[in-house]
Amino acid sequence: MGFFAEYGQLLLEGTWDSIVMTAVSCIFAYVLGIPLGVLVLITGEGNLRPNRPVHAVLGWIINVGRSIPFIILLFSIIPFTRLIVGTSLGVLGAIVPLVVCATPFVARMVEQSLAEVDASLIEAGEAFGASAWQLVYKVYLKESLPSLVRGASITFITLFGFVAMAGCVGAGGLGDIAIRYGYQRYQPDVMVAAVILCVILVEVVQSLGNAISKAVDKRTR
Amino acid sequence: MIELRDIRKSFGEKEVLHGINLEIADGDVFGIIGVSGAGKSTLVRCMNLLERPTSGRVLIDGRDVTDLKGAQLIQLRQFIGMIFQNFSLFQQRSVAENVCFPLEIRGVAKEERLERATDLLKMVDLSDFADAYPVQLSGGQQQRVAIARALANRPRIMLCDEATSALDTRTTMSILELLGRVNRELGVTMVVITHSLAVAQRICNRIAVIDDGRIVEEGATREVFAHPQAQMTKDLLLFDTVIQDFSEDEREKAVI
Repeated sequence: MGFFAEYGQLLLEGTWDSIVMTAVSCIFAYVLGIPLGVLVLITGEGNLRPNRPVHAVLGWIINVGRSIPFIILLFSIIPFTRLIVGTSLGVLGAIVPLVVCATPFVARMVEQSLAEVDASLIEAGEAFGASAWQLVYKVYLKESLPSLVRGASITFITLFGFVAMAGCVGAGGLGDIAIRYGYQRYQPDVMVAAVILCVILVEVVQSLGNAISKAVDKRTR
Repeated sequence: MIELRDIRKSFGEKEVLHGINLEIADGDVFGIIGVSGAGKSTLVRCMNLLERPTSGRVLIDGRDVTDLKGAQLIQLRQFIGMIFQNFSLFQQRSVAENVCFPLEIRGVAKEERLERATDLLKMVDLSDFADAYPVQLSGGQQQRVAIARALANRPRIMLCDEATSALDTRTTMSILELLGRVNRELGVTMVVITHSLAVAQRICNRIAVIDDGRIVEEGATREVFAHPQAQMTKDLLLFDTVIQDFSEDEREKAVI
């Protein structure tokens, strides 16, 4: 009883901070990642706008972005982070590296989802006179919506893990609590509570993602 | 009128169409017949430029469309309907939304789109399915939706790429009947790609037989069937006859 009275408020705020950071960086990562993913897909060989140099450069940027360990990224882009949001600390300071890290990830997820759309549907769209832009949003994005939703829940969960790491820069959230109380103050009970909250959150997000994906998928009725 | 003049098409080093010449008159139901890999699908895709010929010219109503690009190409395609072997319906769109697609692309207002979809679905006998999704329909129903979609822009030409190949015999007959009606009642010129002589015999007034990227025979359907000249035509006829004999045999057995 005493535990919750003492730490309940802290854990609740931590959970909220984690969710906000993850959600906000997710949104920005998708705003940037969807166009990037679409572009890398349609510039591929045999697609809507084949362009080898653009395709290669984008692919390379995405791969480099994805291969830098988050913790390294977090510290190495501090000057950039300061430039964008004016600080490298706290929630704002964490969101910039989170977005930088998640955008290439999202781009690949989006590319993957769109690539699953049957080529014959793109051809049908073309046959009816759809422009490249119409093919992207009326065929590619619409037909792959269930897959994009599943991808979004994976992205959210992956980012949620990174948010915990961002606790290192004092970003707040459950990761920050786990590190400060569990690791630095030897309070394993707080740490365990934070970890359990993380597990529950991931479980909820995954189930929610699956449910939404199923609800928007017209192939499963 | 569709005219193809010395159409050649290569994929990399490999030439798959070796100089095709064809004239398809308005109101024709024109069959292009051949075995798999003969180049039928590539040929029909040259007509709406989904495939661009490596050389040769495509003329529609006397206008050279071979090099059309951008808005003009889009405009051309909007008035050439097309249906496909596997229907190619958008899985995440309802039946009515599928039918509306070509109109939506052209920026037609929503009420007008839905009105047109209602008319078209009535015509293909699927009025009760406007809000259903493709996954809920049988193959024959899906192809009917695809036909309604292909007609949305009131095209003067309709390309049918193996439109009945994925369907059973009875369904094939009803789809062919529908295509025949579209031709007669709406005056739409049909280009029918098929490997089946039975299909060609059923609805085509003219046919061309294509073998390994060349037209080996062309003429009025009845004439070609009665007096086949090319070996490929004879082979195709023989094969169909064998199937007919077999089914008659089976029928007799069933009677006994």
